[in-house]
Amino acid sequence: MLSYAFRRVLSAIPIALIAVTVCFFILRLAPGGPFDGERALPPTVLANLRAHYNLDQPLVVQYFIYVWRLLHGDLGPSMVIDGFNVSQLIAIGFPFTLTMALCAFVIATAIGMLAGMVAAVYQNKWPDYVLVLAVMIGVLIPNFLMAALLQLWFGVYLKWVPAGGWVNGSLMHLILPVTVLAWPHAGRISRLMRGSMIEVLGTNYVRTARSKGLGERLVLSRHAIKPALLPVVSYLGPGLSYLLTGSLAVEQIFGLPGIGKYFVTAALNRDYGVVLGTTILYMFIILALNLIVDLVYAWLDPKVRYR
Amino acid sequence: MKFTTAFKAIATAGAMALMMSTAASAVTLQMHNGGDPGTLDPHKASGDWENRVIGDYIEGLLTENAKAEAIPGQAESWDISEDGTVYTFHLRDGIQWSDGTPVTAGDFVFAFQRLFNPATAADYAYLQFPIKNSEKINSGEITDLNELGVKAIDDKTVEITLEASTPFFLDALTHYTAYPVPKHLVEKLGDNWTKVENIVGNGPYLIKEWLPGSYVRSEKNPGYYDAANVQIDEVFYHVLEDQAAALNRYRAGEFDILTDFPADQYQWLQDNMPGQAHVVPFLGVYYYVMNQEEGQVLSDARIREALSTTVVREVIGPDILGTGELPAYGWVPPGTNNYVENAYQPEWASVPYEDRVAHAKELMTEAGYGPDKPLTLQLRYNTNDNHQRIAVAIAAMWEPLGVKVELFNAETAVHYDALRAGDFQVGRAGWLLDYNDPSNTLDLLKTGISQDGTMNWGNNYGRYSNAEYDKLMVQASTELDLKARGELLAQAEKIAMDEFAAIPIYWYVSKDVVSPKISGFEENAKNIFRTRWLSKSE
Repeated sequence: MLSYAFRRVLSAIPIALIAVTVCFFILRLAPGGPFDGERALPPTVLANLRAHYNLDQPLVVQYFIYVWRLLHGDLGPSMVIDGFNVSQLIAIGFPFTLTMALCAFVIATAIGMLAGMVAAVYQNKWPDYVLVLAVMIGVLIPNFLMAALLQLWFGVYLKWVPAGGWVNGSLMHLILPVTVLAWPHAGRISRLMRGSMIEVLGTNYVRTARSKGLGERLVLSRHAIKPALLPVVSYLGPGLSYLLTGSLAVEQIFGLPGIGKYFVTAALNRDYGVVLGTTILYMFIILALNLIVDLVYAWLDPKVRYR
Repeated sequence: MKFTTAFKAIATAGAMALMMSTAASAVTLQMHNGGDPGTLDPHKASGDWENRVIGDYIEGLLTENAKAEAIPGQAESWDISEDGTVYTFHLRDGIQWSDGTPVTAGDFVFAFQRLFNPATAADYAYLQFPIKNSEKINSGEITDLNELGVKAIDDKTVEITLEASTPFFLDALTHYTAYPVPKHLVEKLGDNWTKVENIVGNGPYLIKEWLPGSYVRSEKNPGYYDAANVQIDEVFYHVLEDQAAALNRYRAGEFDILTDFPADQYQWLQDNMPGQAHVVPFLGVYYYVMNQEEGQVLSDARIREALSTTVVREVIGPDILGTGELPAYGWVPPGTNNYVENAYQPEWASVPYEDRVAHAKELMTEAGYGPDKPLTLQLRYNTNDNHQRIAVAIAAMWEPLGVKVELFNAETAVHYDALRAGDFQVGRAGWLLDYNDPSNTLDLLKTGISQDGTMNWGNNYGRYSNAEYDKLMVQASTELDLKARGELLAQAEKIAMDEFAAIPIYWYVSKDVVSPKISGFEENAKNIFRTRWLSKSE
């Protein structure tokens, strides 16, 4: 299992290099540049800016400068947010986004699994219908609308929680954003859990367990849960990366200091350094999450382990 | 005895608690500031959301009063030479940076040299190009920074020499490009001087915290010369670009001032929070450019006339946007300083709409288009709900002329890249004035400058060109008499508008919402309200 993990980590290096290269050049193919705002800059100023960020060099030279810096751990400057370089932006924003995503992940996974099991056990009875409705609301309402609605109800009308903003260490300020992030995630997990649980409950070995007189509770806990978890586990990796990258709307509506928004706004602003920096960060997260999921999968399912 | 001791102790504790509670109830202004500041460096800033923060922590030779008019700032007085080209500023006594270093004339000289130094790559350096030799230094033609027309006569006296008399120069000095920077700190730390742990200021507030994506926080500067009259102790400038979310937070009492709101909520605000929304004419014009390069369809003035005269501007502000922007028929926004009394108003504006359409149809026929040969035009705009609504409405207004409009939207960087490259037929643009003078919008229609064999059209995306217009603009730039200068500029405006150089659509408005707790907010055409003039009651 160790050598399996080691091989997986090694194979990530060429993938990372290819991704950086492709991303670097595709970004430059897009029309417009970081200094194409609403106003034309005088040519002298534009030339100064381009020289300042090495944009006047041939593209291939810029690429090697970038990769050389990258190998030294330098993600370069932001061309739009002048006060910070890319590493600093990530250092400030990422811990926040990570905290928010992990809170949402833990809560959503726990609630989603529980709800899925309940729905499977009470298949086509009222608890199942209530849960389906709750799930549908979370999955179907886009998160920017959900954020605005929750903000209006709980922040403006009821005044139970702050309507937005961030005060360091304040849990109250996290309640709404985490709810918005967690809801659709919990919904998807509960659907997966319900489906696989129903399938497992219909298998021969569960019938065998029941027929030998085991109580329903024991059948569930000892025989049904673990195999029913497999599809859920394979979703958790992509699910977490979705939570990490999908925080844009939540951050923008609640005015939070995460990095989700840079992922989108930097691309629109042609802030090359920030786009590449966040892409590299997310690439490593996704590679790492996939690896972890595969290892957990191997642990859960002997068929994977022995293959 | 014991009782009195106990009583004293309780009384002391009570008094202390009272003192602490007053200390804790410092007045905090929660200001919605829109975008995330890109920088705190006055030489690198370019947006109003940066201006709000920077203008509170640094003060220039001149500053703004509550109505955003130029008043003495770090300079308490000044003399202007007879020919209007040499300004001598006398600094206040006792002004200092927040680390205790005095603010001297040398800081201003250093700041202007830094602004124009090509290595600084300052976006808005051109706003101070009236200063002698500034443009040549900025382009690298002159490399000795000491050639700049800004000199320190002594520690308390700054002398600025201009290329030519410039009537709006004092107003331009209130702009952040003219702010001083702390020479001692910038020389030591370079661009790192604006990091929050290093930053110093000479304005009414000092930056204490910057959390990108969330807020900047400033506190009152006790060393500011007018600190005794500054009531608000602490300011949060909140980052929030989503206008609906900002309005929600205002309603929840988390913001005291909104610097923008969704136009479709204006009616709701008037009904439910009367007197709190301030919609004020703002110096700026929203317009469509038409590509007039040779060989382009729109180089034909008849078609431009047909298009411009059939845009019903009166419905755009009240009905399509909902905030009542005033219709624009000219090029210089109403309320602009140093201009003539009677704004340009074309005769066709008072002709009934049906007659205008009939005339426009004739023009189209003359130009060779009609029902059998419809004209297809591409209309480009940068992706935005309001731009889209207006484009759809105007496309419908042009339909009776037999003009088929293809709408094409792109993100801002791509859109403006296409406009600059001349890769468009009709394109959406907007211009907010950098300084309060008609030349700031009229310059947009000057013929481009030939550089190294290619034409640089700057912000004149439509490539409008008229020799007489250019001549009037040159004449105006050397005319010392403000009234005569205004007349020349007005003649230029008339020439361009009579030739349909572009399609002005509406004059911008600023949209603020101000809580009844805040006093000292004065509506003004620049939409600048410095925190020092505001006060807040609970």
